[in-house]
Amino acid sequence: MLPISVGMSFLIIVVVALTTFGTRVVPFLLFPKGKTIPPIVRYLGRVLTPAVIGMLVIYCLKSVSLMKNPHGLPELIACAMVVILHVWKRNNFLSIGVGTVLYMFLVQVVF
Amino acid sequence: MGGYGKAFRKAFPYTVPVLTGYLFIGIAFGVMYAEKGYSFLWAGLMSLLVYAGSGQYLAVNFFVPGISLFQVIFLTLMVNIRHIFYGISLLEKFNRIGKKRWYMIFGLTDETYSLLCTTKVPKEVDEEKFLFAIALLDQLYWIMGSIIGALAGALIPFNSEGIDFAMTALFLVIFVEQWGNRQNRIPAVIGVVAAVVCLLVFGADSFALPTMLCIVVVLFIGKSRLDKTEIKYESEEEEETCSQ
Repeated sequence: MLPISVGMSFLIIVVVALTTFGTRVVPFLLFPKGKTIPPIVRYLGRVLTPAVIGMLVIYCLKSVSLMKNPHGLPELIACAMVVILHVWKRNNFLSIGVGTVLYMFLVQVVF
Repeated sequence: MGGYGKAFRKAFPYTVPVLTGYLFIGIAFGVMYAEKGYSFLWAGLMSLLVYAGSGQYLAVNFFVPGISLFQVIFLTLMVNIRHIFYGISLLEKFNRIGKKRWYMIFGLTDETYSLLCTTKVPKEVDEEKFLFAIALLDQLYWIMGSIIGALAGALIPFNSEGIDFAMTALFLVIFVEQWGNRQNRIPAVIGVVAAVVCLLVFGADSFALPTMLCIVVVLFIGKSRLDKTEIKYESEEEEETCSQ
């Protein structure tokens, strides 16, 4: 049983799809193929990548509360593990796999 | 269509972290959507047409009586506004690509964006095909994950709490990789500090937009300095960034 009609469900999916695509396509509409990209935008494009990756790390951790128990400890431990493993072994799969399993263990069993 | 097999084979290892992450968070999405009464076909359809991690998590809440489409648009914009940034870093790379770039633009999720920006194209494959392979593989994982979740998630008693940490770990790994290149360090710190400050000031639900504004403003102010740093390091390190 759907909570709302099939038509409305479809409509919601289409609207979410178009809105999402909209947020992704804007820069390409502003600077279409063939149009020269101003140096300032090129500069921005270059320095934005590391800045955005930094922002995404925080974005993923946004719901962590330092005030409430366990004070972000599982996140801190798992993140430290990922960074240490990655600096040491440089193996994506290992860093992400071990980090994730450790985190699941921490939130389910330890804390 | 020659060279696609090779491009997919070469691209696959780079997408494995996304495979792991997307299977897990895709499954979580499928389970949540199924709980609302929607079958795996609906989950698959949404992952095919929308293709956004946090966007789809949020969208699950839209399927209730009385929701207005205006609300749907507004909330989707709020959670996905950060995507506007991604295109700016990929303008030059994508403008070299033909019609396929419309699919690549559609597929600009956080994870695909990170891979497209930071993966060095192996010398022996065609750049266009390689990038397309990454984008397509990522979406296939996402669709697979959401269908599996909708089908089996409710049946298999599996405590998946914390599994979404795979995404955090992926971004951390990319962060570490980027950090290895000295000219990335100042922008990386700017991104982290801006996000933390805005998170504290505006709260978890509405800090994305202020963070983006902060980042752009600081990057503009620091342009002369940052541009100089880049020239200084250019001779020392061969760099692969998005805008090249």
